Amino acid sequence: MSLWNKHAIFEKNSIVLTVGILVVVSIGGLVEIAPLFYLRSTIEKVEGVRPYTPLELAGRAIYVREGCYNCHSQMVRPLRDEVERYGHYSLAAESMYDKPFQWGSKRTGPDLARVGGKYSDEWHVAHLANPRSIVPQSIMPGYAFLARAEIRPEQVEGHLRSNRLGGVPYTDEQIANALTDLRAQVNPDSPHVQALQVRYPGATVRAFGGNPAATINGTVTEMDALVAYLQVLGTMVDFRTYDARANMR
Amino acid sequence: MVAFAATAMLCLFIASGSVDPAYSFHVYLFAAASVAAIFALGNRYMARPAMIPQEINGKPNYNMAPVQFATVAAVFWGIAGFTVGLIIALQLAYPVLNFDLPWTNFGRLRPLHTSAVIFAFGGNVLLATSFYVVQKTCRARLAGEIAPWFVILGYNFFIVIAGTGYLLGITQGKEYAEPEWYADLFLTVVWVTYLLVFLATLWKRKEPHIFVANWFYLAFIVTIAVLHLGNNAAIPVSIYSPKSYIVWSGVQDAMFQWWYGHNAVGFFLTAGFLAIMYYFVPKRAERPIYSYRLSIVHFWALIFLYIWAGPHHLHYTALPDWAQTLGMTFSIMLWMPSWGGMINGLMTLSGAWDKLRTDPVLRMMVVSLAFYGMSTFEGPLMSIKAVNSLSHYTDWTIGHVHSGALGWVAYISFGAVYCLVPWLWNRKQLYSNRLVEWHFWVSTLGIVFYISAMWVAGIMQGLMWRAYTSLGFLEYSFIETVDAMHPYYVIRALGGALFVIGSLIMAYNLIMTVRQGEAAEPESAPALVPAQ
Amino acid sequence: MSTYTTLASFAQTAGLLYFVGMFLAIAVYAFWPRNKTRFDEAAQVPLREE
Repeated sequence: MSLWNKHAIFEKNSIVLTVGILVVVSIGGLVEIAPLFYLRSTIEKVEGVRPYTPLELAGRAIYVREGCYNCHSQMVRPLRDEVERYGHYSLAAESMYDKPFQWGSKRTGPDLARVGGKYSDEWHVAHLANPRSIVPQSIMPGYAFLARAEIRPEQVEGHLRSNRLGGVPYTDEQIANALTDLRAQVNPDSPHVQALQVRYPGATVRAFGGNPAATINGTVTEMDALVAYLQVLGTMVDFRTYDARANMR
Repeated sequence: MVAFAATAMLCLFIASGSVDPAYSFHVYLFAAASVAAIFALGNRYMARPAMIPQEINGKPNYNMAPVQFATVAAVFWGIAGFTVGLIIALQLAYPVLNFDLPWTNFGRLRPLHTSAVIFAFGGNVLLATSFYVVQKTCRARLAGEIAPWFVILGYNFFIVIAGTGYLLGITQGKEYAEPEWYADLFLTVVWVTYLLVFLATLWKRKEPHIFVANWFYLAFIVTIAVLHLGNNAAIPVSIYSPKSYIVWSGVQDAMFQWWYGHNAVGFFLTAGFLAIMYYFVPKRAERPIYSYRLSIVHFWALIFLYIWAGPHHLHYTALPDWAQTLGMTFSIMLWMPSWGGMINGLMTLSGAWDKLRTDPVLRMMVVSLAFYGMSTFEGPLMSIKAVNSLSHYTDWTIGHVHSGALGWVAYISFGAVYCLVPWLWNRKQLYSNRLVEWHFWVSTLGIVFYISAMWVAGIMQGLMWRAYTSLGFLEYSFIETVDAMHPYYVIRALGGALFVIGSLIMAYNLIMTVRQGEAAEPESAPALVPAQ
Repeated sequence: MSTYTTLASFAQTAGLLYFVGMFLAIAVYAFWPRNKTRFDEAAQVPLREE
């Protein structure tokens, strides 16, 4: 009997230990994470930031799939050399629809937070296919296979819907027209271009992957999508009109 | 059994609707594994072994077969992971080695490398040692008969799913948490079972005390569970798709990620391996730990402080300043418990330093503590914002990680494996101590090449990025800084190659120990029933 | 604005007390003379097995 009692205390001890560990470990996380959902500086909307178009979102999925974040950051720090090299420092609002965030942790290659509009589509297509044809010292892998791979049309809507469940404000209309929008964005002659640009203000429409013949009959390649994504990076906020002091607490 | 059958059916159902061939492949793998599990269980039921005794002749009847499996898996995954590391190091020096194929490009192989070394190699070492240490220090047989096997085999199956997924382009895109939602769900089941087996074994113990190594193991298991759930909260596109979107976004996701990422270092690669230190160093040196009281302070201080340090990965980003400062402060404070632990381990040898001359295994573990001390000094230093503004995004970080990963984690693991293999396979000693010496020196040389090349490369790159000409223009274009890295990337690859060679020497030594070693006790020892 | 200041001042006072309190509790527990024999005995666990 007495032995049994002692044993019970020991059993309790390992539970006490487990609970103690849980409590200790939770406090640190809660204090650092919970306020980020409430503080103005992290949840403020900035003029111009909008959810990605279906094409850009598909391009982002390819960026993630190919592990671009292993070598490229998307976060310009407010340091003199970075602002001069890459452009205005990154705002929290600029990645507010990024699931997951792709700020990265290593710059084997340059930062891409503001790469949009810096180079032409042709540059990107040639560079992605064979980086050393454009930059001889580059150590980047080649991604010629993207131009041959088609974006599967089956789940375009599903991607938007799952983003909406996670808090990205896609409208019913945007979800219903996802596939139309995906195809319209690579085909400037499409009758749906105007509607697309109403749904996604500021979206550009071009044959990003540089293959107009294919895009007209409705195929969208992974190259189209990735280049569209790269070209929108860092371009949503107009920094000529952006007022940094508006966010001061 | 019913659960496995249901899983198999579900998998076949999903496979019929999947449009992604890579995902279908994984679903079929799950189905096959479930069927295999049903057969294994059925076989076991047919054979119906007599109740396995908890004790034989008053001695605990330890269950070491799962430990043996995990030990072998650790050595296998270790060599695989180091080799992939060498390949990607060579890709950075010679980009033609990417072959520009989807499955061989750096972006997909790098997560394969990090997961293989951290979760496959490190994870199996932790599974093996935790199941060994908890039995020995509780003087009780592992709880359950099927559950420990489910943990070991399930964990390794998770690794196969994760690894093949990366190559096929299935990833969440969160560093060190790349496996997609279905793999994460499966891992959660495995991990909860792991926690229950561990706790239940503690409840069965014949020792009045819970030895401190078990505290560290427990903290590792519990915290990793919390981190895993927090960081992987994701919404799948559909059950027919491998792709999911994380529920957090932007800044919040960044904070979750590095809360997870840094504590994967703190609780997986530190707490778990400190548990190994607290058992294997005293055991091998045949002396009690230098100060048991210090170990208690060490334990609580470490888990208290580590959890706060994550934001130092996000200095000068869009994360609010107060969070960055908090992360930096706690990172600097972490220096103290880290060195407390190191001193506790090192001083255990006081009065027995001569053993370092005769026992290369003990030497390996002591050197791992020295590396631990070095990288836990470097870490707080790099978390200071001013230093971080230079070091972040450069190869200095890579060097820092590897001085911890190769010098501390891998060396303490090698030491533990060198101890475990003779114990588990009932051998008097290792096949060859000279080969351990060779392993030690070859890989130490490799580490030195590796980390010094990365220091030079990283600091140089950081300085080049911020260099200005006398006229006030940026002095270097980005590509010039990439070009300047080439010689250091070659030296780093050389260091990595030496490390791989060292691990091959170890594998040979271990195989020969099992095949040709002299038996320590009569082979009929009950602990040596082979894995079924 | 007020949320931030309230939170910050709470963190700076309660947080300080929390950590100092925890540190003292652990240190006292570890160095309490009566616990010494228990710890010395626990330290022998790995060496006593089988």
